[in-house]
Amino acid sequence: MTVSDVLLLGLGAVAVGAALLVVTTRHLVRAGLYLVVALGAVAGIYLVLAAELVAWVQVLIYVGAVVVLLLFAVMLTRAPIGPSEDLDRPGWPALLVGGGSGLGLAALLVDAYRWSTVDRDQVGDAQRLGTEIFRSWVLPFEVLSVLLLAALVGAIVVSRPEVGRARPRPPDRGER
Amino acid sequence: MVGSTLPVVGGYLGSYATLGLLLLVGLVFFGVAFGANRLLRPARPASPEGKFATYECGLDPVGGDWAQAQIRYYVYAYLYVLFAVESVFLFPWAVIFDRPDFGMVTVVEMAVFVGVLALGILYAWRKRVLSWT
Repeated sequence: MTVSDVLLLGLGAVAVGAALLVVTTRHLVRAGLYLVVALGAVAGIYLVLAAELVAWVQVLIYVGAVVVLLLFAVMLTRAPIGPSEDLDRPGWPALLVGGGSGLGLAALLVDAYRWSTVDRDQVGDAQRLGTEIFRSWVLPFEVLSVLLLAALVGAIVVSRPEVGRARPRPPDRGER
Repeated sequence: MVGSTLPVVGGYLGSYATLGLLLLVGLVFFGVAFGANRLLRPARPASPEGKFATYECGLDPVGGDWAQAQIRYYVYAYLYVLFAVESVFLFPWAVIFDRPDFGMVTVVEMAVFVGVLALGILYAWRKRVLSWT
């Protein structure tokens, strides 16, 4: 076993352990913080696999922005400090869906790559990715901006019902 | 552990081993500082009533510590996510756009991308989502 194998195994164990804690803890805020550990371990796996830019994007977007969004969503609910006993659901549908999709994806990937090896000497840094995006994948890149725009408009319309009306209400004072 | 692996991994992983070593030194520093504090400080194991109560200006705390946030904060968090995703694409663009085989076309492509996203912030501004009161 090389150093990379040890690192991959260790980071994978951390990721799976933290992910298990996310779904088993009864504290909603702690679940979000365990998610930070799980996503950070996945970023470490990317780093060991020489996908340098993707690893730091994982830290910036998932550990940073997405977890902030999740915690904001939790803060919109009623008081989730302390254990939330009443939020429990039967575990077997989630187990079925999660385990099924996980095993299916694993089987798909194992079948797709078999024993083919990838040269890790070429580090996936910003220059390599930029060359690929702006030489071969310009159209998906531009379509992505439209997707992000649609998601933003949708989030505004869903979260602030009054903006969908023809004339916005005069701004009200104080707390609503 | 990291120190012993340094000669084994060269190049790419070796450069991150330096970062790992720095993190390890940080953890050891943290442990030593707090361990020394624990050894040297006086111990007061008694816990009279009110010892762990929240203290602010000498007033007794009233009610819980959790306030339900307003939905308008969520739009700001979402705008942050959106422009974080945008900035991610600025990094690979910034290192290649002035290379000889890219040039003006690449600059225009990024301008279109940023322009479409700017429509989103224009929409939020026109719909008065960004105004606070």
